[in-house]
Amino acid sequence: MYYSSAFKLGKDVCMEMLGIIVIFVAMVALSIPLGKYIAKVYAGEVTFLDRIFHPVEKLIYRFLGVDAMCPMTWKQHLVALLTVNLLWFPLTMFVLMNQNWLPLNPDHIAAMSPDLAFHSTISFITNCFQQHYSGETGMSYFSQIFIMFPLFFLTPAVTMSAMAVVFNALKGRATDKLRNFYYYYVRSILWILLPISFVTAIIFLFNGMPMTLQGAHTFTTLQGDTMYVARGPIAAFESIKMLGLDGGGFFGANSAHPFENPNFFTNMIENIFHMLLPVATVFALGFYLNRKKLAWMIFGVMTLGFILLLIPAMNAELKGNPAITQMGINNSMGNMEGKEIRFGTTASAFWSITATSSMNGAVNCMHDSFMPISGGMQMLGIMVNTLYGGVGTGVLGFFIAIILAVFIGSLMIGRSAQFLGKKVGMREIKITMIITLLHPFLSLVGTALACSFPTLTTPTLNNPGFHGFSEMIYEYASASSADGSGFEGLGDNTPWWNITCGFIILFGRYLPIIGAVAIAGMLAGKQYIGDSAGTIKTDNATFGLLVFSLIFVVTALAFFPALAVGPIAEHFSIVTH
Amino acid sequence: MYIAEMYIPAKKKKVKTFIIPSLKLTAVLILLCAVIYPLLVVGIAKTVPSGGDGVTVSYKGQVVGYKDIGQKFTDDKYFWSRPSAVDYNASGSGGSNKGPTNQDYLADVQKRIDTFLVHNPGIKKSDIPVELVTASGSGLDPDISFASATVQVPRIARLRNKTEKKLYELIDKIKERPLFGPEKINVLKLNVALNML
Repeated sequence: MYYSSAFKLGKDVCMEMLGIIVIFVAMVALSIPLGKYIAKVYAGEVTFLDRIFHPVEKLIYRFLGVDAMCPMTWKQHLVALLTVNLLWFPLTMFVLMNQNWLPLNPDHIAAMSPDLAFHSTISFITNCFQQHYSGETGMSYFSQIFIMFPLFFLTPAVTMSAMAVVFNALKGRATDKLRNFYYYYVRSILWILLPISFVTAIIFLFNGMPMTLQGAHTFTTLQGDTMYVARGPIAAFESIKMLGLDGGGFFGANSAHPFENPNFFTNMIENIFHMLLPVATVFALGFYLNRKKLAWMIFGVMTLGFILLLIPAMNAELKGNPAITQMGINNSMGNMEGKEIRFGTTASAFWSITATSSMNGAVNCMHDSFMPISGGMQMLGIMVNTLYGGVGTGVLGFFIAIILAVFIGSLMIGRSAQFLGKKVGMREIKITMIITLLHPFLSLVGTALACSFPTLTTPTLNNPGFHGFSEMIYEYASASSADGSGFEGLGDNTPWWNITCGFIILFGRYLPIIGAVAIAGMLAGKQYIGDSAGTIKTDNATFGLLVFSLIFVVTALAFFPALAVGPIAEHFSIVTH
Repeated sequence: MYIAEMYIPAKKKKVKTFIIPSLKLTAVLILLCAVIYPLLVVGIAKTVPSGGDGVTVSYKGQVVGYKDIGQKFTDDKYFWSRPSAVDYNASGSGGSNKGPTNQDYLADVQKRIDTFLVHNPGIKKSDIPVELVTASGSGLDPDISFASATVQVPRIARLRNKTEKKLYELIDKIKERPLFGPEKINVLKLNVALNML
């Protein structure tokens, strides 16, 4: 060979490992100041963007005819939130089913079928962005711009508002007057989402991402084939897609597509965005409530879980497919099926775990072709649902886990349950229980139903045996957690998948938000009694370990039997071959 | 300072009072996020060298492709690209999504190895890198690895009557090593340079 490849490869892997460490460290280093900034934005304190956005904000309130300083109860807050969000249902449905004659359709893309439009609409208005179509052939520029762009901003802003009102409710005082929904919503978009995505879009432009309204380009390639290249307004699309944890691709291949993710540098930025807002909002909680240790406890538990998923996944991918090693070729680059050269195995495996532990769901490689163990780790990330989690929903999910841990921990030492100076009562615990069990319930019942109607589901599977089962459970877990990634081999554009996933996304999204805001609202209304010597401390490592074990036990009991039939069985089928 | 408490208590609100502001907010959102934001970025895109239309590669004054979009190279006189699940049709994109234990998939890989050996006599099986016989995630991977390029050198040197040394130099020239990222070779750039050699 040209020169020693073993040495070169070792050096390559070291550099790539360094690359993912840089991604993680940069993400944490950016999250802390961003968290502080978010806390300021929601508390209404002075920030450096006030000059630009204060007048815009005032103008919007005047146009809406609302007094954004007028307090709301938690119920009013939820009603406002759901109205703003659900109004997009009829609008999106209409556009998707009529995009064939609406303007801005240079590639003559057809209208969506009713069931596909139903699924797409629900998945867009809920931040899930699970896609049962391929962007190049399924969405006109009109739909991409007038539906995807606004919803990319709306969906994270809605959950951030829900999160902000929970922060607000947890301030130690007894009140039913919480901050106005419109205030949080407008500020989330103007102060947080718009500026960051705008700056990032410019960085993306200079890395060669297209931003054009011209249709597909036809030309003759070097060896003489005719080629069509689909383009579009991608730079602006991509930055908010990653920042808002929306994750819906402009193209079918999502961030594996060279136009959506042209080089390793853009890959690093996009990967940082996977975790940026979820982690920043955890720190925002600490700054807002002035309980920084609590924020570090949450971040610590999330990171511990994340690393436990990451290590086996990276290990399996770097080792590669033993069945291919047996063929006698040079398998040193690891499992490269479904991965891109410019990212390599290490950064792709890292991305896949960040995409499934945060609820982004954008992929830079095809999860369906991962080794069984790494595929299982991806599923576990989605099943746990709170390791970083979505924008806002990550913190809300963890809040639910904390309430559960406070309850169980207090029972263990024989005290009454108390969190941040408020007594946790029966009603709160009941809601907590329902929300905790909702995600496993939806994912598993969905999969069980899919298995009960094999005539409808088995022809849509892309792989036989255990792996086919994995495709189904991944699909439903991803729907229920609003992650939106998938084992994309699944031929999911059928009425069965569109309708069942649509409903599961709907329940899996709104019930936890409603539950978390309700619990916080009820706690806010209670008398503030402060901590005594006997109260469980929630901001230390012991409590962190308790929360971690509870998350592990709930997930293990609920999901491991299903995982045993899918990825675990597939793994052993390789080992024993 | 926490502001909400300084203000008047909430009036009882009916559901209807939420709908008008929400409708207006929908319009505001469309204006801000679907009109102003993308238009600003389009405006800036005009100042970027490619004008926001994607970076193209030309050969003899003709556009022969996009720098970032891989294309099909199956001709023995060119460096081959990686296999593609969508056959490098860039009006679609995607991977094979075949699982690692899928027998059809393993048979495909075996077939690609056999094809490669037929077209590249004298190459040992253990020198074929896995990335050259597995399909990419997008189906449009513009790059190959260093090992995938060098393993094709003997074939191209023979068919094009060039010394292997010259081709190695060419590969070294095209090779890119981004900070932290893996080494990559843009196949289109490599083949254009090969034609000009």
